[in-house]
Amino acid sequence: MSKIHVQATVNGDSVEFLADPRETLLDCLRDHLDLTGAKEGCGTGDCGACSVMLNGRLVSSCLVLGVEAEGAEISTIEGMADGNELHPLQRKFIEHAALQCGFCTPGFLVAAKALLEKNPDPSESEIRFWLAGNLCRCTGYDKIVRAVQDAAAEMRGAA
Amino acid sequence: MSLVHKPLPHDAAPLHVTGEARYVDDIPTPTGTLHLAFGLSEIAHGEIVAMDLGAVKTAPGVVAVLTGDDIGHADCSPSNNDEPLLALGTVHYVGQPVFLVIADSHLNARKAARLGKISYAEKPAILTVDEALAANERFEEGPRIWERGSPADAIASAAHVIEGRLEMGGQEHFYLEGQAALVSPQEGGDMHVVSSTQHPTEIQHKVAHALHLPMNAVRVETRRMGGGFGGKESQGNHLAVACALAARLTGKPCKMRYDRDDDMVVTGKRHDFRIDYKVGVDENGLIQGVDFIHYTRAGWSMDLTLPVADRAMLHADNAYWLPNIRIESHRLRTNMCSATAYRGFGGPQGLLGIERVMDHVAHELGLDPVELRKRNFYRASEPARSGAGTGKRFSAEHSPKQPEQSGVQTTPYGQPVEDFILHEMLARLEQTSDYAARKQAVAAWNAANPVLKKGLALTPVKFGISFTLTHLNQAGALVHVYQDGSIHLNHGGTEMGQGLFQKLAQVAASAFGVGMDAVKITATDTAKVPNTSATAASSGSDLNGMAVKAACDTIRDRIAEHLAERHQTSADKVVFAEGRVQVGGEDLSFAEAAMSAYQARVSLSSTGYYATPKLAWDRVKGEGRPFYYFAYGACCAEVVIDTLTGENRILRVDILHDAGASLNPALDRGQVEGGFVQGAGWLTTEELVWDAKGRLRTHAPSTYKIPACGDRPRQFNVELWTGANPEDTIHKSKAVGEPPFMHGIAVLMALSDAVAACGDGSDYVALDAPATPERILAAVKRQRGGYV
Ligand code: FES
Ligand code: FES
Repeated sequence: MSKIHVQATVNGDSVEFLADPRETLLDCLRDHLDLTGAKEGCGTGDCGACSVMLNGRLVSSCLVLGVEAEGAEISTIEGMADGNELHPLQRKFIEHAALQCGFCTPGFLVAAKALLEKNPDPSESEIRFWLAGNLCRCTGYDKIVRAVQDAAAEMRGAA
Repeated sequence: MSLVHKPLPHDAAPLHVTGEARYVDDIPTPTGTLHLAFGLSEIAHGEIVAMDLGAVKTAPGVVAVLTGDDIGHADCSPSNNDEPLLALGTVHYVGQPVFLVIADSHLNARKAARLGKISYAEKPAILTVDEALAANERFEEGPRIWERGSPADAIASAAHVIEGRLEMGGQEHFYLEGQAALVSPQEGGDMHVVSSTQHPTEIQHKVAHALHLPMNAVRVETRRMGGGFGGKESQGNHLAVACALAARLTGKPCKMRYDRDDDMVVTGKRHDFRIDYKVGVDENGLIQGVDFIHYTRAGWSMDLTLPVADRAMLHADNAYWLPNIRIESHRLRTNMCSATAYRGFGGPQGLLGIERVMDHVAHELGLDPVELRKRNFYRASEPARSGAGTGKRFSAEHSPKQPEQSGVQTTPYGQPVEDFILHEMLARLEQTSDYAARKQAVAAWNAANPVLKKGLALTPVKFGISFTLTHLNQAGALVHVYQDGSIHLNHGGTEMGQGLFQKLAQVAASAFGVGMDAVKITATDTAKVPNTSATAASSGSDLNGMAVKAACDTIRDRIAEHLAERHQTSADKVVFAEGRVQVGGEDLSFAEAAMSAYQARVSLSSTGYYATPKLAWDRVKGEGRPFYYFAYGACCAEVVIDTLTGENRILRVDILHDAGASLNPALDRGQVEGGFVQGAGWLTTEELVWDAKGRLRTHAPSTYKIPACGDRPRQFNVELWTGANPEDTIHKSKAVGEPPFMHGIAVLMALSDAVAACGDGSDYVALDAPATPERILAAVKRQRGGYV
């Protein structure tokens, strides 16, 4: 199948790649751009491990075609830290031990950041609700929710 | 201050949060790497009559297609040599690999694998326990039976006799990272394998066997897995063997990963069990005799079924003194994926059997279930071990056993329970969870609310630690100190998220008295430490920790001797602490000490080895000491159910868990919390449904529901018991991977309690697992005499 040229902005950098029209955005990020932070946990939009931001919207990149990224702004886990300076969510995930195998972690962080951008002061229920699309098999979620709450408080300057 | 017992974060946490941590599929591969996919059987049992693979071979990107005829019996079984990589004439389950596609991309391989046209002569499939029993399809010659005392007499002469049946489902591991392997051919036909496996040595063994190579020609590396839970103990063999065969054929690196549906259909799961029980108790609820019959569907091949079913039998007592007991275990062959290791390894199933008995007996006798459990507990261990009571272990043969008056009691398989701490633990948890007051509050709520009913339960866990195959209880480590004082740490354990590597780095750093940044954690590698056991049975830190310590101590002692000699003092006067080494008034950095030893031609590299002491076990008789020690814990759970829909929520959970003198309380809490949620998932939302044709209908997260963020308890209090392991384990810690899984049982019992509140108390709830909303609704209906 002939490939299609795609140009997009990923984490602020302009990129281009050749996509098989059947390839997902997740595969394009991982296989063509070497951005392997987003993971495939299911490939069907049910686990959130592949979460990225597409034009300011949280998406499951396994459900987006690579060619749909033409002209889009994408941000991934690789762009979350500011150089060596971790984002508060990243720091709080480490501090609260909100990760074990770490496979779900990039997806949770991208999703949680999207939440805090919309709602800087989410209630516990709002966090649960927002993160309902991200599965974690290791942690039992408690520490993840606490890490998000704590990061939110810090970002609001309340901590 | 020593670094062991410190709550340090996971060693790879900074890599996890930035997306830098590499799993198998993230490793950059050379151009030209080929990708593999299996074509799968579509029927549960039959002969392959014809295979038309023309369309597969001509599909875009396909390089080669292999069948069983091409490769013969490339075995992937961990036990019985009964699992050819590709079906040889007969297919035994829906999802069995039948042919292998090698293509230029993952997508092309998968697409091509769907184009095969296979015709079969179908045979009847054996899918249920009853079908397998009728056909006598089983592993081993007959049921395994262990007996102590005179259970039949004890039950017959008991004041109350209670019988029942419990069904419990299996469980999909749902490690977030699916199975994956990457094999690169090396010079001279050697193979380098990167695998997401809990058992690199097994992968090495299987790849070597399939390629007819000695094990020294195959090197396996595993840096980390995205979760394992037992599902990567044997189930990764197929991918590594397939990649190795394809790599030899093509001379190219070959990679394979299952997509989620394939992973769920092809690989084995937790064994489901049916348990029939008959128990005799006295007026006070003390168990006089009990008879269990275990039936488990093992699937089409043996895999690890024998030790799994053994461990279920070994946990039929949980925390209770059972003087007269018989356990009969049927390991049935069915036309399904081959059930395999899963966190707890049969222990949870066996344990749930006796917990159901406790719940049932409490109902019949009108006793508080916690009170009943405590009455039946093993006797508290005495501080001084006198050995008293062991002489009474075998009382007169003709009479049922009576509870011994004093001394150490023994498990049904004859192991003395010398470290029993559940009396104290339960007392503490009852207090911290406010059990008694909340029980009244729940009763008051239930009296006032007709639709939402609450339930409360508190259950204990005693779990045996060690591989029951005694020779597996060994481990090795390899430690180097470089001349700049930096340390290279390697051992046989694998990292699947549990934090093993960090714990062992803490052990190493504290042995040398250096900071964590001096220790480099490295990937598990069969070329560094050979003949390793799977990282399983919760044994990772127990076994490898001791091996690491042995290696570090050897090197440290050599450095100490060298410095002592230079300062004309004795080696025990050399102090390693805070990154410094003090000897005879001199104060060196650890790096200077290492350099000095190097220049004096002292070896700064050592292996370390450990074999667990005290073990002796006869699995056929069911007698001996299979376990080095026991780990304990207890959980109190409160739930609410909607009696109109069966929906339910976990409201509050309090856990008290025994990790001995924890090597890392932060990581251990993670195991406790995650284990509980996974255990609760097994017994509530996670339902595996096979249809009448043997097809798994719940093969994706859309239909198979592991707990999500919203399912976690609203209030979740986890406390680690502070107490050291009386046995001489690594820094007096205890294994913690599996035992907390069984705290999920409290949720099932609490649901049973809530359902019971719908009736008048005449009928026992008998709630099977998983207690899905449908099951709960049906149980409510039964309690209400058929009306919701
Ligand atoms: S991989 Fe995209 S949601 Fe699971
Ligand atoms: S940390 Fe393993 S899946 Fe979340």
